[in-house]
Amino acid sequence: MTTPIGYYPGCSLHGTGRELDQSIRALAEVAGVDLREIKDWNCCGATAAHSLNHDLAVALPYRTLALAEDQGLAEVLAPCAACFSRLKGTAVRLARDPKLAQKMTEITERPYRGTVRILSIIEFINRLLDAGLEAKLTHPLGGLKVAPYYGCLLARGEDIVDDDPEQPSGMERALVAAGCEVVPWNFAVECCGGGLSMSKTEAVLDLSDAILSDAEDAQADAIVTGCPMCHSNLDMRQRTINAAGRGPHDLPVVYLSEILGLAAGIEPERLGLDRHFVDAMRVAERMTERSA
Amino acid sequence: MAHTETHEKTLADKILERTGVDVRECYQCGKCTAGCPMVQFMDLTPSQVMRLVQIGDREAVQTLLSSQTLWSCVGCLTCTQRCPKDLDPAAVMDALREIAYQEGLVPDAQRNVLKFHQAFLKTVEHTGRMSEVPLTALYKTLSRDFFSDVLLAPAMLLRGKLPLVPRVIGGRKEVRRIFKRCLDPERPDRADEETQEDRP
Repeated sequence: MTTPIGYYPGCSLHGTGRELDQSIRALAEVAGVDLREIKDWNCCGATAAHSLNHDLAVALPYRTLALAEDQGLAEVLAPCAACFSRLKGTAVRLARDPKLAQKMTEITERPYRGTVRILSIIEFINRLLDAGLEAKLTHPLGGLKVAPYYGCLLARGEDIVDDDPEQPSGMERALVAAGCEVVPWNFAVECCGGGLSMSKTEAVLDLSDAILSDAEDAQADAIVTGCPMCHSNLDMRQRTINAAGRGPHDLPVVYLSEILGLAAGIEPERLGLDRHFVDAMRVAERMTERSA
Repeated sequence: MAHTETHEKTLADKILERTGVDVRECYQCGKCTAGCPMVQFMDLTPSQVMRLVQIGDREAVQTLLSSQTLWSCVGCLTCTQRCPKDLDPAAVMDALREIAYQEGLVPDAQRNVLKFHQAFLKTVEHTGRMSEVPLTALYKTLSRDFFSDVLLAPAMLLRGKLPLVPRVIGGRKEVRRIFKRCLDPERPDRADEETQEDRP
């Protein structure tokens, strides 16, 4: 019996980012990892909290960290890039600033000793590969050309992301192990417009259009992401981008966990590939059973 | 500290206090501006923001706190990543935005960004989590922007991406208390919300 890993799905994964939740859970099951959802977790506050209130932006993640510690979870997976950045950013700041930690203990009336380690989707998947997932990837994707898209929060944030911020490579091992060909492209760490999706849609359409165009120029069959906000901007809004006279684009945007799930032979519907706005089932057609 | 009584805090002091960033160290290389993906939607570039904090006189502060830029920054951290002086302009933007919000200086053209953040936080304050339907409904009510994105709703429903029942956590009272302690109830921008405070 392996040590359970805590799970913080975050709000998006119960709605717009459903495929990410489905594929993470399915993949953990195949890898034999016991994911334990933190009981009664709350929203991390996302862009809204750190835009308007400094204390709230720390207090909300603090409560979740304290809950995880109290529930005996040493490591917590936060698949959403924004949640990951807020939770780990908070953990890092608390460790550096005892006065802030004290203030948060008072505000939340919860103790936190700082024992919880937050994992990103990339770290989690690399961990699964180390623990034997690689041998279970029986359905490689036949050289599917992918553009790994890190966006902002899986690439940047000092002491948060453990990768090269300008040229990250954390996804590559997993993608190659899944039988993909990683194409070189220029927009791997460019911003899609993130949390301004609803309130500054025009800007988001511009930025996301540029990302899609560059992936197409690089001959990618799909963009691979780990962030539900990037996913909704690039996938859900792709038609809107086309309707605004840009593109036209027709590029599937898939989660890293969906790619790995396919390569592990999990049915595409179980991973949520049928829930995408831009048809992503065509990616599943690239699954080829590896001969024993 | 002998001059404390007469010394009024400059904007740079306030930012240093809130973020630990000493904006006076910026030497205006312009790297933050060069990499900013949102600069085309801004009236002040990120390096101009840093410069105006340094100048810090009444006019500079007024220009800064009422600028469109604070509400166009998406927090992508490119500037922070690349700053050769490790000055974290993204944290400076957050601090300035918070001050502008507290002082009620949000420009009309940026009301929707503010309304979205407020709707988001209100949803979390009452349920502990964000849910798409209440968030969107509240945002549309606050912004009076009823028509954008409505065509996405049926397609989202069809894909099981628009849960109609809001997510509510057991510890929502605790979350509400956390909000109360973090947000100063004396603040003018919160006055109209006090009546909702004890809603079940």
